[in-house]
Formats: sequence, C-alpha cells, structure tokens
Amino acid sequence: MNEIWNYIIENQASIGAYMLEHIQLVGLSVIIAIAIGLPLGIYLTTNEELAETVLQVANVIMTVPSIALFGIMIPILSIINHGIGFVPAVIALILYSQLPIIRNTYVAINNVDPHIRDAANGLGMSTMQRLLRVEIPNALPIIMAGVRQAVVMNIGIGAIAAFIGAGGLGVLINQGISRSNTTMVLTGAIAISILAIVADGLLGILQKRMTPKGFQQ
Amino acid sequence: MIKFDGVTKVYGDKVKAVDDVSFEVPEGNIVVFLGPSGCGKTTTLRMVNRLESITEGKIFVNGTDVNSLNQIELRRNIGYVIQHNGLFPNMTIEDNVMAVPNLLSWDRKKKTDRYNHLMDLIGLNPDEYRKRYPHELSGGQQQRVGIARAMAADPPVMLMDEPFGALDPVIRSRIQNEFLQIQQEVKKTILFVSHDIDEAIKMGDGIAIFEGGKLMQYDSPSELLARPKNEFVREFVGQDRALKSLSLHTVKDLISERMLRKADGLQKHNKKTITVETNLRDALSILLNQEADQLFVQANNKLVGAMRIDDVEAYLHHHIK
Ligand SMILES: Nc1ncnc2c1ncn2[C@@H]1O[C@H](COP(=O)(O)OP(=O)(O)OP(=O)(O)O)[C@@H](O)[C@H]1O
Ligand SMILES: [Mg+2]
Repeated sequence: MNEIWNYIIENQASIGAYMLEHIQLVGLSVIIAIAIGLPLGIYLTTNEELAETVLQVANVIMTVPSIALFGIMIPILSIINHGIGFVPAVIALILYSQLPIIRNTYVAINNVDPHIRDAANGLGMSTMQRLLRVEIPNALPIIMAGVRQAVVMNIGIGAIAAFIGAGGLGVLINQGISRSNTTMVLTGAIAISILAIVADGLLGILQKRMTPKGFQQ
Repeated sequence: MIKFDGVTKVYGDKVKAVDDVSFEVPEGNIVVFLGPSGCGKTTTLRMVNRLESITEGKIFVNGTDVNSLNQIELRRNIGYVIQHNGLFPNMTIEDNVMAVPNLLSWDRKKKTDRYNHLMDLIGLNPDEYRKRYPHELSGGQQQRVGIARAMAADPPVMLMDEPFGALDPVIRSRIQNEFLQIQQEVKKTILFVSHDIDEAIKMGDGIAIFEGGKLMQYDSPSELLARPKNEFVREFVGQDRALKSLSLHTVKDLISERMLRKADGLQKHNKKTITVETNLRDALSILLNQEADQLFVQANNKLVGAMRIDDVEAYLHHHIK
C-alpha cells in the first residue's frame, strides 16, 4: 500500500495527465454517443420493426470483446491514417455506448403513459412539441440511467484503449505489465475505479436533478 | 355548431365502432353521449378533433368539414378533456393549465390573467396551486384542472370524455353544478360522454343514446324520458324514468301549474325550507327522507308557501306522464 502511495506522490503530474486524457476520451465519446443514440432511440419508437433490428445490432456490438473491436478498427481506419490512437478508441467507445443509450431512450419514451401522450395530441401539440414538452421530460430519468451506465462502462473499457495508443489511465496498466511493475498496474486500476465511482456518483446526482419535481418518489 | 353526417368508423377491417351516425348539435348546447361500455361514445367524440380518422361520412364544426382543416389548428380550437384527465406529471398546475396558451405563445400578462381567471372559475385558489404538481392534488381537483386546461384558450367547442368519472357522488354532484354554472357564463358547444343516465339528464340539453355503434335516439332529456323510441332506450333509461324526469322540473314549474299551500304556522317545528329553484326530484327526496310533512318554499328569501308529497305526485301525473 505504501509503495502505491509513494508512486502516486512521485508521479502526480503524469497520473493527472493520464486521468485527464481518460476523461476526455470517455467524455467525448459519450457526448457523441448521446447525439446519435437519443434521436435514434426516439425515432425507433415510431418504427417497431427497425427498432428490433437496431437493438439487436447494438446488442451484438456489446458482446464483441473490446480488444477485438480495437483490432478490427485498425485496418479499417488505417485507410484514413487513423489506425491507432485517439480516433479509433473514441469510435469504439461510441459503439459500446449505443446499447444502453438507445435501449433506455426507446423504452422510456415507449413507456410514457399513453393517456398523457393522448392529451398532448388532443391539445394540438405537434410531434416535436409533444416530444420536447411531454415525452422527453417524462422519460428523462430512465434515459439518464442509460447514459450513466454507458459512462461507467466506458471508463472501464477506456483502459484497454491504451493498447492502441489512445492514452489515458490504461497506459499505467499497459506499461506496468510490460515492465512487470505491479505497483504501476495497481495504481492504474485503482485510479480507474475511483474515476468510475466518482462519475457514477456525480451522474446519480444529475439524474436526480433532472427528474421532474412532479414525479412521485 | 357540430354536425355529424353519416359518420362511420371501422377499426382494422372488421370492428364497426360507429355505424352511420347523423345528428346536429346547436351552438351553445351540451349534448351527452350515453350508452353501455364499448358502444362507440369515445370513438365518436375523438373523430371530431381527428384523434381518430373518419372511415366514412363527414363531421362539420361551425360549417367546416374537419377533414379540410389543419389537424393541429383544429385541435387547438377544440377543448379536449380525456377520460383519465391526462395531466402532465412533469409540469406544475400553472403550466398544465397554460399548455395551449404556451403553444400559442401568449404574452406573460395575458397568461397570468387567464390562469387566475380559470382557477377562480373551477374553484381552486390560483396562488395556492400555481407551483404544485398534479400528484399533489386529489382526483377531483385533478379533473377540474383538466377542465381548466381544456378551456384555457377559450375554445368555442369542448369534447369531454367522462370528465367526472372518477368522483364520488357528493363531489361529483357539486362539480356538475359548478360546471353548469360556468357553462351559463361561457356558453360553449359541448359534447359530453357519460354512462350515467342521471348525469345525462342533469347536464344535457340533448342526449344521444348509442348501442353497438348505432345512434338509438337523439332528443332532449324530457322527450327521451317521456317517449323512448325503442325497447333498448326504454330499458336503458330505466323503469323509474318518470321519477327521473322530475329532476328536469323545479318548484317554480310546479307553482306555475298549481297554487302552493299556505305555510301552516302550527307545523313550523317539522319543516324544511327550500328555494323555488330546487328541482322536484330533490324536493321529493327531502320529503321522503327528512320526515318533514311539508316543505316551506322561499323565493328571493321570502316565504311564498308550502308543499307536500301529494303536490309533487299531482304534478307528476298531470304534467309529466
Ligand atoms: N384503437 C382501437 N382498435 C380497435 N378497436 C377499437 C379501438 N378503440 C376502440 N375500439 C372498439 O370500438 C368500440 C367502441 O369503443 P369506444 O372506446 O368508442 O367505446 P365507449 O363507448 O367509449 O366505451 P366506454 O364506456 O367503455 O369508454 C369497442 O368495441 C372497442 O373495442
Ligand atoms: Mg369511452
């Protein structure tokens, strides 16, 4: 334990930099994943057949081991000279985030009380107004739960991104293994866990904040 | 004015929910749709604001075919109270009531004034409820807010699907009275779904009775009670239809037909006082239940006479049957 502590003190700066890289990697990928997954999930509520297909594909992507996914992307992205590094890592994390985000959005919007949807239509809301004023606010807690799940999962998977040179806290683990430096490996693992726990806690608070006050607890 | 012209609704290609229905609702009238569960009341209602498509026939609102109008515009001009109140749980009471004015981008002052006015109208304190959420209200209060929301942009036409459905009889009767009072003021054309004959008699200028998607009879309440067109309607309005029709007449009507008795001073310990506006059904039940031999009748706070059970009976025989 002492060794780890000393290692952290001595390498504060580089650990901090890896942490920042890690946050950037996960943050950017989840933001893009939301930008794709949220509208897609909403659209799928209007197209049942497509919904089944898309959710199945997202499910399959989830089951691909992360190291294999990174491996697949190297030749593909080499075409545009981004075979390794930040870009393929972000793309992989976006793909992994799709299932929780699309699925939760789809389920949450579908589960909005049909009477409420009916009232919105009856009052003369357009589809967009109904979504923004009624359906999304009522679905938000469940959508946020999906985002939270995606973030925590990606913080873990992000560690493997170091193997394709994307940086982040995985670097400590990667280098630790190749140098047989257990302290380094442990430091990396602990840092990633702490990051995941903190992110989960913060998003939990955000989720509560975004839950409409009118919801019965 | 609302006009149904040969309106038919088929779900899928089998279920005929509404079958060749034609009738007209004059402006400012309340027409109650009545009938057993599944007879097509809700479907008929929802075709007016096109929440359901019309399979055959036409519906006109103030002379315009609803199918020729923009769907969103049409709905904003028709107040809709859904069967289960359907308040938005994520919005405050004020935002719920102002849902349509918000869509129409009214300015803040106009909205606040309208909100205050509507809440006063439905008997809820505007400031006390402004920032509350629907789940913090009782069922009756929620239904009233649902009505206020439907009236927000002052639509000339209202569709109300069992708006007082979930209420206990006492509150229900009070809200019915309040609503009739509001209607005196606002004079809207209203289609009102109910499956309670007493409510229909009380609320309706006209009653439309449905069965299996067909319109069985469309008449004024008194006509319907006096002359049911067929066996189904006769059964539906019940054996006690003569009694029911008493609720359509007031003590005033009775007075116009026959003299009241002199208020008998000796029996003052055993009396109840009512006004001339009291309907005869209520008067009769007071006489039957309250063990008063006679009712003292007041007009403008002045005693004008007394009445007994035989007066109601005689009126029933001569003027209703
Ligand atoms: N979306 C739908 N798809 C298929 N059939 C439907 C649909 N909505 C209603 N129906 C059928 O149409 C008929 C009329 O239904 P409607 O809801 O108009 O009845 P209602 O008179 O309002 O009944 P209730 O008093 O129970 O509310 C019923 O047989 C019902 O099963
Ligand atoms: Mg119904």
